Amino acid sequence: MEYKSKMSIRNLNLYYGDNHALKEINMEIRPNAVTALIGPSGCGKSTLLKTLNRMNDLVENVRIEGEVLLDGEDIYGKEVDTTVLRKKVGMVFQQPNPFPMSIYDNIAYGPRVHGIKDKKKLDAIVEESLRGAAIFEEVKDRLKKSALGLSGGQQQRICIARALAVQPEVLLMDEPTSALDPISTSKIEDLMEELKKKYTVVTVTHNMQQAVRIADDTAFFLLGELIEFGDTKSIFSYPEDKRTEDYITGRFG
Amino acid sequence: MNKPKKHIGESAAKYVFAICAAVAILAVCSITIYMIAKGTPAFKNVGVSELLFGTLWQPTAAEPSYGIVYIILSSVIGTGACILIGVPIALLTAVFLTEVANRKLASVVQPAIELLAAIPSVIYGLLGLMILNPAMYKLEKLIFAGSETHRFTGGSNMLSAILILAIMILPTVVNVSASSIRAVSKDLRAASLALGASKIQTIFKVTIPAAKSGIMTGVALGIGRALGEAMAINMVAGGAVNIPLPFNSVRFLTTQIVSEMGYAEGTHRQVLFTVGLVLYVFIMIINLMLQRIRKGREKNE
Repeated sequence: MEYKSKMSIRNLNLYYGDNHALKEINMEIRPNAVTALIGPSGCGKSTLLKTLNRMNDLVENVRIEGEVLLDGEDIYGKEVDTTVLRKKVGMVFQQPNPFPMSIYDNIAYGPRVHGIKDKKKLDAIVEESLRGAAIFEEVKDRLKKSALGLSGGQQQRICIARALAVQPEVLLMDEPTSALDPISTSKIEDLMEELKKKYTVVTVTHNMQQAVRIADDTAFFLLGELIEFGDTKSIFSYPEDKRTEDYITGRFG
Repeated sequence: MNKPKKHIGESAAKYVFAICAAVAILAVCSITIYMIAKGTPAFKNVGVSELLFGTLWQPTAAEPSYGIVYIILSSVIGTGACILIGVPIALLTAVFLTEVANRKLASVVQPAIELLAAIPSVIYGLLGLMILNPAMYKLEKLIFAGSETHRFTGGSNMLSAILILAIMILPTVVNVSASSIRAVSKDLRAASLALGASKIQTIFKVTIPAAKSGIMTGVALGIGRALGEAMAINMVAGGAVNIPLPFNSVRFLTTQIVSEMGYAEGTHRQVLFTVGLVLYVFIMIINLMLQRIRKGREKNE
């Protein structure tokens, strides 16, 4: 099993000051699959997601123990450059957060930061990324216009395209549809189905139907602990833990 | 029974507020009208082009000449140069305060910069007189050694004025820029970092552009401050009407009025009001620009 994992989380503990926010997490994340992290607010699912590209480094007073392996290498190793890591492990946020610049510049931002200056290359990357995020047709005539003029759902797909533009291997999505209307949500969900063909997707969601619809694997968290993790179908059909069953049947959360 | 009384109190308060607001509007209008009324006759008496584009300033000569072009240029160039020097320093300081310095260091630097704003301009003038001018004089002697055409100023020159102004605008630009940088959403920074951008790339490519309108507001306020400054410049810039070159003794619009209003009569006095009008127009333009920037920002939000 192990050799198949894209990312492995081993004995991970995370503390915010005195608060023990993640407790002994062990997980294997399959390549080219969608892994959903579910659980009630404050259970640590977003925190765990952020340990996968070291965005937690930005938080003050955070302490992390254990290992997170990407293709077998510890991303918390001393010689790891976070800019290289984050190029490989991209992220899409809960609130659509396009930069206040043109659609084109939003997408080209990442490649430019990583040193691509050639206009033709950038043009190609922008188009490919926008196609990858299923938004090219909608915006192709206004690439030079501000991304802030788009609807929330379009903005979120711009953010996905922006993340794709640096050619990541893993895509982390932090409740990417929670700020969107149902139609935009279904577009993003369809997109995730597409994305997993090329990328490994890890998504946080508080919507259990969404997890059922899109996720291959699902992990259920409660109070910083990983309660149950496995194939989505079996988790939702035959939960082993009573707490998982209570949560997915809506008894709390 | 209590109701009518309260009602009277309410409407009385309303009138008091209205009167106070009217005073402010009245002041702006009356100043504008007064400046125009007092500042325009000289155009008729001296001639528009002779006044605005004349280079010779000899108000008390037997055949007086009232050219103020060098004075206008001194103000424009002096302000422009102090912005060129001051704004980059101020912007980097604002970035340091908001993005780089830890909380402890920022809590020392921030009040220090705010104190800079509280220092009266005459103190800046004194410091310029004691420190800047002697240093400039040394430089002047070095550069113009043996020159027969250069009129030595003892260090009281354009460059001193520019440097003093650059320091004086710092607090305004730093504080306004810093608060607009702070207002940039954390999500934007996170998005940039998550794409693998470094902290410095994020600051210069995302945070500063996103704070642009606030920074422009700071710059506009700084220009206003520099244009309107009289006391410090009067003390360090020499005070002869000259072409605004770095080592020339110069006069700005403000210092022109300060130094001659005391004894000016007749047309000379009228021309000084025109100088005031020119300054007033500049300041108005800057403020109108400022309001446009602010409106643009509100629209964006």
